[in-house]
Amino acid sequence: MTMTYASGTRTIKSTVPVGAHYTSGTVLDFAGPLAQGSVVRDDAVAPLAPWSAVVRAGQTLTIVDVGGNQSADFLVYNAADTDERYSAPDTLAAQANAYLREGSVLRSNRGLPLMTVTGNEIDRQDTIGGACSKESNTLRYGFHTEHHHGCRENFLTEAARHGLGVRDIVSNINWFMNVPVEADGTLGIVDGMSAPGKRVALRAEMDVLVIVSNCPQMNNPCNDFNCTPLRMIVTDPVAATDSDTE
Amino acid sequence: MPSIADDHQTDSVLAARADARAQAERTADYMPYRPASSSPFVPEGVDPATLTWAETVAPGGYTHKVVARGTRVRLDDPTGAACASVILYNALETTERLNVADTIKIPWQAYLSVGHPLLSGDGRALATITADTSGNHDTFCGTSTDATATAKYGSADAEGPAPSGRSRFLLAAAKHGLTGRDLPPSISFFQGVHVEDDGALTFTGSSGAGTYVEFVAELPLLILIANVPHPLDPAEDYLVGPLRAHAWSGAPTLPGDDQFTATPEVHRAYLNSIDYAEARGL
Repeated sequence: MTMTYASGTRTIKSTVPVGAHYTSGTVLDFAGPLAQGSVVRDDAVAPLAPWSAVVRAGQTLTIVDVGGNQSADFLVYNAADTDERYSAPDTLAAQANAYLREGSVLRSNRGLPLMTVTGNEIDRQDTIGGACSKESNTLRYGFHTEHHHGCRENFLTEAARHGLGVRDIVSNINWFMNVPVEADGTLGIVDGMSAPGKRVALRAEMDVLVIVSNCPQMNNPCNDFNCTPLRMIVTDPVAATDSDTE
Repeated sequence: MPSIADDHQTDSVLAARADARAQAERTADYMPYRPASSSPFVPEGVDPATLTWAETVAPGGYTHKVVARGTRVRLDDPTGAACASVILYNALETTERLNVADTIKIPWQAYLSVGHPLLSGDGRALATITADTSGNHDTFCGTSTDATATAKYGSADAEGPAPSGRSRFLLAAAKHGLTGRDLPPSISFFQGVHVEDDGALTFTGSSGAGTYVEFVAELPLLILIANVPHPLDPAEDYLVGPLRAHAWSGAPTLPGDDQFTATPEVHRAYLNSIDYAEARGL
């Protein structure tokens, strides 16, 4: 089916089955940074799109859930040596808790702190649910979903821009996604606990490369069946101190 | 206002599980058919039980498959608007891959048709074209990049309405541990280019709806396919059609086949491929 799309500075017709965006009338709240300091980077990430940035040690990345219950699939690497990368098991074992909250330290596969959750406006955050993919969609929903866009595609596309590939994609964090583990072990993605404008703030403990997929999944409630933008704000406290004294 | 979420009860794990499982019987215009024998589009004359691959690739989509030596691969252009940009690798050693220059130089022929070998840079036939009702293919122009697609369509976001061929190949390659350095020039099926006397490359486009090409795997192959508009497609819009892929088991080109000695060059290519295969115990 041919549809019309905005494409850069022009409008094109395309036969590509692009995934759904949010419906008109969706409440969007772009909020602002959840940390003090001057803004050194401020990006809106379109629905379905990937994003990446290097966050310097001491800087804070605020992720804003602009439309509410939009999963921000998140990977983080030591920017100077990407063999060192986020490790969900090291992170969970060190805190002896299955969920991420304020104070959680995002640890590497060497057990070292990559980032610390310094602000969090959601009850709990997920790092056990992993990312969606075209391939796993066929298991979860059926072969008809194989052509849908997925976070693994976004991760691979963005990782390639940094010389990283499939062996660098590990179990990730899903900010604003809700994956409860019940008493009998049953677990799964259920309706989120977030809302438009809710935020998480992550302070970099070393120079880190962050790769994010604005999750395109439309087969489960991880995005409230309504893919919305994310806002990524990096603030620098040192720069703020400088400007405060001027 | 009503939303898609209203159609889903997902407020508990068990409800979410039931919601997910309720989708299972759906179909889509673009999907793999598994088992392959369940394909709604079994090629005429092919026993469905022998099928090992059956899929409809979306416009702007890609696919990738590892097939055994001897496999017959058939690509169909049901609407006349597909453009199958293809890269082949020796599945056992992916450093051996399609060499487009050798593929046209060694057979002394730029235009692909039945009997044309698809050669690696290692002097072996990776595949041989065994059927072709299109006759419009291209060995010169490769596929689009993010830069060329952006210039033409305004954007080339991989998740958007105008992804480049290279971005498709990068994803397909990544699924096999390969990266950008592993992407050699590709060939395109179903959209042709002609070289004029002065060297001008003229886009000859498609032969219309309903054509197909078939090739046989002379070695175990990793096949990457991007289905994106041809780089010389003059349309300002991104109008590529769906692509069908089927494969079924068979035999490579062997002594006794007319094709085996069709030309002196291709004969030696088959001898090299067989030498490699037999030494590997294939």
